[in-house]
Amino acid sequence: MIQKRKVRIMVAKPGLDGHDRGARIIARAYRDAGFEVIYTGLHQTPEEIVEAAIQEDVDMIGLSSLAGAHKYLFPRVLEILHENGADDIVVCGGGIFPEEDIAALKKAGIKEIFTPGSSLEEIVKWVEDNVKPR
Amino acid sequence: MSLIFNRKVFDDIEKAHMDWQEKLDRVFEIKPERLERFSTVSDREIKRIYTPEDIRDQDFSADIGFPGEYPFTRGAQPSMYRGRLWTMRMFAGLGSAHDTNKRFHLLVNQGQTGLSTAFDMPTLMGYDTDSPKARGECGKCGVAIDTLKDMEDLFEGLPIDRITTSMTINPPAAVIWAMYIVMAEKRGINKNIIGGTIQNDMLKEFIAQKTFMCPPEPSIRIITDTVEYGTHDVPRWNTISISGYHIREAGSTAVQELAFTLADGIAYTQHAVERGLDVDSFAPRFSFFFNSHLDFFEEIAKFRAARRMWARIMKERFKAKDPRSWWLRFHTQTAGCSLTAQQPYNNVVRTALQALAAVLGGTQSLHTNSLDEVLALPTEESATIALRTQQIIAEESGVTNTIDPLGGSYCLEALTNQLEEEAFEIIKKIDDMGGMLAAIEKNYPQQEIADSAYHYQRQVDEKQKTVVGVNKYKTDEKIKVDLLEIDEELERLQIEKINRIKNERDNSRVKECLERVGEAGSGNQNVMEPLIDAVRTYATLQEICDVFRGVFGEYRDPGIY
Repeated sequence: MIQKRKVRIMVAKPGLDGHDRGARIIARAYRDAGFEVIYTGLHQTPEEIVEAAIQEDVDMIGLSSLAGAHKYLFPRVLEILHENGADDIVVCGGGIFPEEDIAALKKAGIKEIFTPGSSLEEIVKWVEDNVKPR
Repeated sequence: MSLIFNRKVFDDIEKAHMDWQEKLDRVFEIKPERLERFSTVSDREIKRIYTPEDIRDQDFSADIGFPGEYPFTRGAQPSMYRGRLWTMRMFAGLGSAHDTNKRFHLLVNQGQTGLSTAFDMPTLMGYDTDSPKARGECGKCGVAIDTLKDMEDLFEGLPIDRITTSMTINPPAAVIWAMYIVMAEKRGINKNIIGGTIQNDMLKEFIAQKTFMCPPEPSIRIITDTVEYGTHDVPRWNTISISGYHIREAGSTAVQELAFTLADGIAYTQHAVERGLDVDSFAPRFSFFFNSHLDFFEEIAKFRAARRMWARIMKERFKAKDPRSWWLRFHTQTAGCSLTAQQPYNNVVRTALQALAAVLGGTQSLHTNSLDEVLALPTEESATIALRTQQIIAEESGVTNTIDPLGGSYCLEALTNQLEEEAFEIIKKIDDMGGMLAAIEKNYPQQEIADSAYHYQRQVDEKQKTVVGVNKYKTDEKIKVDLLEIDEELERLQIEKINRIKNERDNSRVKECLERVGEAGSGNQNVMEPLIDAVRTYATLQEICDVFRGVFGEYRDPGIY
């Protein structure tokens, strides 16, 4: 029987923000849930994230931001994905965002946004329900 | 010897304790205890009751004593808050230097007694606003400082000869400090008068806060240059603020915060001593910075243990003779990570309790978080409430009337002992690895913190730990608070400001000065004098930091999880 490929997820920290507690916890939770996880480490430019995501052939990118630069950085990642014909990579985000920004980010194409208080269980379940191996 | 309890009393106490225990067991047989296990936010198990048995061998003079005296368990200064209240120092920084200057004036007018500067991400990492890496970040989580001009605007009209300034800056700390020194000098205030603190603690950056520039070894070298320079030239300045705050925010337990912070302090002391400095010449200017988290008693015990441990480390390990080298003075910030976006007004209460713990733990300086800080930089209104929280504790609650009011509590003293003992075990482990630098290279503290953070998150998910409004007492109603927004226009204006300065300054002089910084860096000369000359020419922060990156190399996050 052909084994179905596992979902591959890149957890990424765009920009200069150093808050990685959340990103690292999520990376562990994804790994414990059986996904393949690549964590970029801190201080990545949107260009670096997209390049790595394509190279690693991931199905989803989880962007984390807690220092206020999401309004530029998240849409920029989507833009570069588009330029590279990789729109089928699902992008979701986590961190601290004012309500208005969440609506704008979703409108820009971020599939889901998780904020403090989201449980690991619900974050993992969202991937199971919404991301399939490409 | 001055044992608190006479050995003879224990027979009676033990018997009474057993009788009480038996009675209680019968009660719990009918109706069990509320929880299977009672533990702190760090998951330290707490006993039903503490009695003299828990501090059986406590020696009053050796372990507790008097404030301002070795081993400082009860306070750094003899007079504590009877003499002078702690410094109310609200961490502030938003948008441009002008915006932040306005906030500083507001806070000072509302009764704040010290300044504390939050920088934006590009400044914290040593990049200018016009760097491609800085897109979208200008002024977002603090003030943008690119040149001396920004520093001049930031402190305009503030009485920096009378009020001390703390600057939370790490990789480019030496550069920002040089800018502050020159800014003061241009206002006719000599560097031997100015008082304040630069955080300048790179070890905890690699462990927790993660603003990076150069690798660990050269980072420590630059820090040691600042320590040396401060000792001789800026005697009222705290050259390092050895910080546990970020270690805790990254998810450590209380005891890990304590151990890793003091181990960092040991590493800085060791390096300065190896440079040939007399420990008593610089150690009195080391200051500390701790988190005040949710678990009230554990936090107070942590502060008391920190003072006693540092006194012992300095006296016994480094043979310091000056009592001012033994004392641990610290700033505290309430725990940002404990605030919740849900039901944000609850954050006022959390912050008040945490601030109270810091005060009962004898802090020298305090920042209280604002209720909206979980979502954005605080508004004027929310920052004022946070400052008022301190003023109410200081002037209404009565807790400042006596020094170390919880000293002698069976529970508090037992917890203080326990934290000290466990933290020294961790420090021993780090010593065995070859010190903190080696431990960081092995990812030891990073991994330990990640494990604790994950453990806590699982406990929250499984409702073993309550977070009010998040996993218990939830409401569907969304409570809105007004949030501060940083104008996206700012980035463009700030870039224009840099361009203007670059056109107006003497660029050949800038080049010369940058070369001298490079030469000092590659050789053994202290970098501070060349840095001061360089910032005076309006060389930008990144121009200088690029010299450091060129000479020392760049550090990248290893990305472990």
